[in-house]
Amino acid sequence: MAGWYALVVVALMLAGFALARGRAQSVAGGNYAGMHSLPSYHGLYTASLAFIPALITFLVGSQIAGYLATQSAISALPNDIQSDILRQGAALREAVNIVRGGPVGAASAEVQSAAANYSSALSAGQWITLALGALAGLAGLSWGLSRVSMNFRARNAFEKLVHALLWICATIAVLTTVGIVFSVVGETYRFFFDPAIKGKPTVFEFLFGTEWNPQAAMRADQGDIQTAYGFLPLLTGTLLITVIAIAVAGPLGLFSAIYLAEYASPRVRSVAKPVLEILAGIPTVVLGFFAALTVAPYIRGWGETFGLNVASESALAAGVVMGMMIIPFISSLSDDVINAVPQSLRDGSYAMGATKSETIRQVVLPAALPGIVSAFMLAISRAIGETMIVVMAAGLAANLTFNPLDAVTTITVQIKTILVGDQEFDSAKTLAAFALGFVLFFVTLVLNFIALKVVQKYREQYD
Amino acid sequence: MDMRPDPLIMMTTQAQAPTTTPTKVAAKNVNVYYGAKHALKDVSVDIPEKSVTAFIGPSGCGKSTFLRCINRMNDTVASCRVEGLIQIDGKDIYDPALDPVQLRARVGMVFQKPNPFPKSIYDNVAYGPRIHGLSKSKVELDQIVESSLRKASLWEEVKDRLNDSGTGLSGGQQQRLCIARTIAINPEIILMDEPCSALDPIATARIEELMEELRHNFTMIIVTHSMQQAARVSQRTAFFHLGILVETGSTSDIFTNPTDKRTQDYITGRFG
Repeated sequence: MAGWYALVVVALMLAGFALARGRAQSVAGGNYAGMHSLPSYHGLYTASLAFIPALITFLVGSQIAGYLATQSAISALPNDIQSDILRQGAALREAVNIVRGGPVGAASAEVQSAAANYSSALSAGQWITLALGALAGLAGLSWGLSRVSMNFRARNAFEKLVHALLWICATIAVLTTVGIVFSVVGETYRFFFDPAIKGKPTVFEFLFGTEWNPQAAMRADQGDIQTAYGFLPLLTGTLLITVIAIAVAGPLGLFSAIYLAEYASPRVRSVAKPVLEILAGIPTVVLGFFAALTVAPYIRGWGETFGLNVASESALAAGVVMGMMIIPFISSLSDDVINAVPQSLRDGSYAMGATKSETIRQVVLPAALPGIVSAFMLAISRAIGETMIVVMAAGLAANLTFNPLDAVTTITVQIKTILVGDQEFDSAKTLAAFALGFVLFFVTLVLNFIALKVVQKYREQYD
Repeated sequence: MDMRPDPLIMMTTQAQAPTTTPTKVAAKNVNVYYGAKHALKDVSVDIPEKSVTAFIGPSGCGKSTFLRCINRMNDTVASCRVEGLIQIDGKDIYDPALDPVQLRARVGMVFQKPNPFPKSIYDNVAYGPRIHGLSKSKVELDQIVESSLRKASLWEEVKDRLNDSGTGLSGGQQQRLCIARTIAINPEIILMDEPCSALDPIATARIEELMEELRHNFTMIIVTHSMQQAARVSQRTAFFHLGILVETGSTSDIFTNPTDKRTQDYITGRFG
């Protein structure tokens, strides 16, 4: 059905374009200079006028058709099923399955007739939608055609439609973000304040508790498990791994960017930069088993030669590999901003008798600082949000520690652990994931805010 | 320091009106190539010290290229190759034993477009003294900054906001800041590459007054598109055309009594 609809809409648009352009051409009679808009703009405008009402009719009509079909199916059911919401829902699902040719058991006569009702109502509704949509499209088309004239400003009118389209896209993007935030905030509120949720912590316990153990007792014989939702070990774990990652990626990324931008010959640069960027394309799950199977045992062995007690899954291994993951973010973006520093500033510094490294340290890097800060902030956001490497290399143990050789866990890993598998969405354990997500979102927001302030403070204008 | 011109150089330079002041910069048969392009052909010239020498000529004639040879800024252009001899105080500045970084501390440069560093006004001027260790204390550095800004006649305008960013000044103030920055390392020679081309007439007049004051202490070489400017500020003028140094002499001679037909055509506005 949707296929037919798409076909009709496309046909209407093509026809609208061709007809309006042809009409504009004949109206102009070769005198395009005297015409306000070129014929193709008349065509585009009319095609849009055909498309918009047809699309709206389809979006609205398919909803109404579905609703009416469901109503007609319900009306075929006996009264006792109609009055019981659960049985009504089950019967409806069965009826819809019959219509779609899905798996059906032995259906009762009532359900069979409901299915027949549903099917006929749906197909009628869809045909009516199609007819209405085609009519609406035709109306738009003919209105567009009637406006074709020497003086009609089709170019400006089409411009307005493009403007509207861009506005709609931007609005959808923003609303999606707002929607996600609201859903997380809503579930977080339930986690803390919904009286129906058992075993939940207070806000204070959550934010300042030092024990994290969301594994509630599921069976009676596990009764001695102490459930705790203290968030601090996760925060320290996240910060520890992020700090290690930045300690690895910051110098490596920044210095390689300086080398690429200031010292490397164009040939070296043309090879080295793409190779560095390939690093960004390695899936984190691959980096994760690299961390778990190569780096972690190596760090462990290396620690043992110094007599250190290293956990087989350590924050250090995860942090180092995560640092490798974010090197390309820092190096590539920093390289771009360093290149954007005007050559005149470098010339000014050289002309003062400064060496290359003095020029880079005292003129180029300060001038590029806002961009470098945003590169670091992007890298930090990536590191905080990274899950897979930590799952594989740093373990799940929520230790409250700043020792990089211990196993730690992070906020994202716990979210993933909590939500893997079958979950009830009304237990404190599951809702804890939303609370964690909210805190994570908040932390990243604060970081971005700080970054924005830093960038604004140090932004320099050079023309 | 021996200020007398090298007799060998005097013999081979082009015939020109005898100068009373000693020669500071001497160029002999200088050729510059950008890749395959021969940008400057066999240029020989003597530049007297403590005066303003103007390089004039149409766009692309090589005057800026030659200017950038004198502080070896052309070294930063990978494809550029310089042949011939350029001496300052009788010493070859392309001698491999000479460090171009140290040369540039003696030969300051002011660019076409004001290019203050994105730092405070104070730090802009203190940049050179800090790099070269010219001051032993904060007090001494303050003195260098103040006297440089005074010499660039910018002090009165900025003395209350030395910590504001140098990029927030107006175009003319920025250019005077760049001159102050250059003066702060006390160079012997100041090169100016069309220093007023991005400025309005009032700012231009102030820079020109400044040049007149500075020439008593520095050897100044200025590249300019404006013949009026060359006539106003310079004592000697050199006319470049198509990579060739056509004529050089005292400014009054060049503008009133040029010997070469091309010079005459250019200053009377027939081309350029």
